Amino acid sequence: MNGPEPVRGLIHNRFDDGLVVASADQLINWSRKNSIWFMTFGLACCAIEMMATGASRYDLDRFGIMPRGTPRQSDLMIVAGTVTLKMATRVKRLYEQMPEPKYVLSMGSCANNGGPYWRHGYHVLKGVDEVVPVDVYVPGCPPRPEALLYGLLKLQEKIQEDRVLRKRGLTVGSLAGATLDGAADVARPLGKK
Amino acid sequence: MDAQAIHAALVTRFGERITGSALEAGSPFAIVATDAIAEVAAFCKADPALALDNLMCLSGVDYPKETPPRMEVVYHLFSYRQLHTFALKVQVPRENPAVPTVEGVWGVANWHEREAWDLFGIVFTGHSDMRRILLPDDWEGHPLRKDWQDPEYYNGLHVKPTPQMMERVLTGETLGVGPFDFTPENRHVEEP
Repeated sequence: MNGPEPVRGLIHNRFDDGLVVASADQLINWSRKNSIWFMTFGLACCAIEMMATGASRYDLDRFGIMPRGTPRQSDLMIVAGTVTLKMATRVKRLYEQMPEPKYVLSMGSCANNGGPYWRHGYHVLKGVDEVVPVDVYVPGCPPRPEALLYGLLKLQEKIQEDRVLRKRGLTVGSLAGATLDGAADVARPLGKK
Repeated sequence: MDAQAIHAALVTRFGERITGSALEAGSPFAIVATDAIAEVAAFCKADPALALDNLMCLSGVDYPKETPPRMEVVYHLFSYRQLHTFALKVQVPRENPAVPTVEGVWGVANWHEREAWDLFGIVFTGHSDMRRILLPDDWEGHPLRKDWQDPEYYNGLHVKPTPQMMERVLTGETLGVGPFDFTPENRHVEEP
């Protein structure tokens, strides 16, 4: 597990093997990022690549990432494919049925910005971020499994830096400056929102 | 039977109500008077020599630049017993187009006619369930008609490209990746 150097001094070399010292935030984020269950939102050809990513050659399971058939058991929604205007309302409803914390990965050009339908597609949503907040965009038409894997690893990085118990604001210790919230958050004084 | 024989059988039976034909076309067809289509369809299916028991496809077509402007419904037929194909066409005006349904002859026409209504606005009189099949129920208009104009919004969602996207295109930014750059003049096409 990545983390700060063990605190030197008082507790240095005091514990038996098998005991891990970490902050609660790190522990929570570590367990969250290594058990991302995603809802299979295959809408078009991107879904084929998503299936390939989940199958044995690319093997998403080694990251603890596995597909679920229902929003109620899912942490992540991979929107893979063309979101039509008719489907957009369904995407939003299913997103709302997912328990917190929840993440969205937009896979492929269509889900990112309408793709080939961006100009003359009377029926296609111009980017799934019009209806749900998106954490990671994966470009491609469709993206190769490696690209989707890279996007998922990026999402894991984002989850690892999530602030569950810590206040938003200046971080002390070796995690200082490590948030993905941007420099503005880091620059804020300790304890102020 | 070949197309000439099928056409001859239809003309023998219906005479003036077969108003035209193109038997040398890639897919030979006969044009049928609009109000006779249900009758012709029933004959095509029931006649043992024709036995056109399968409606492969029912399509709508929009011809706004013809004189007079018209719409067409095309019926592509196939016979499993005789192993021959034929096509029927009906022509209707673009204003309030209406065609009698052939749902009673081929059951599959139910969904095909709903699709033609959904996308072209062709009403099939006598249809048992004339409502949209592909587009949302609250959609307005028939988008495959040539005079269709994209609305700005559908239920608050952009139908036209967002202003941000247009700005990005106009400033030369690409929207896609490599050969999948979907901006109008694809700058990634190899120069000869």
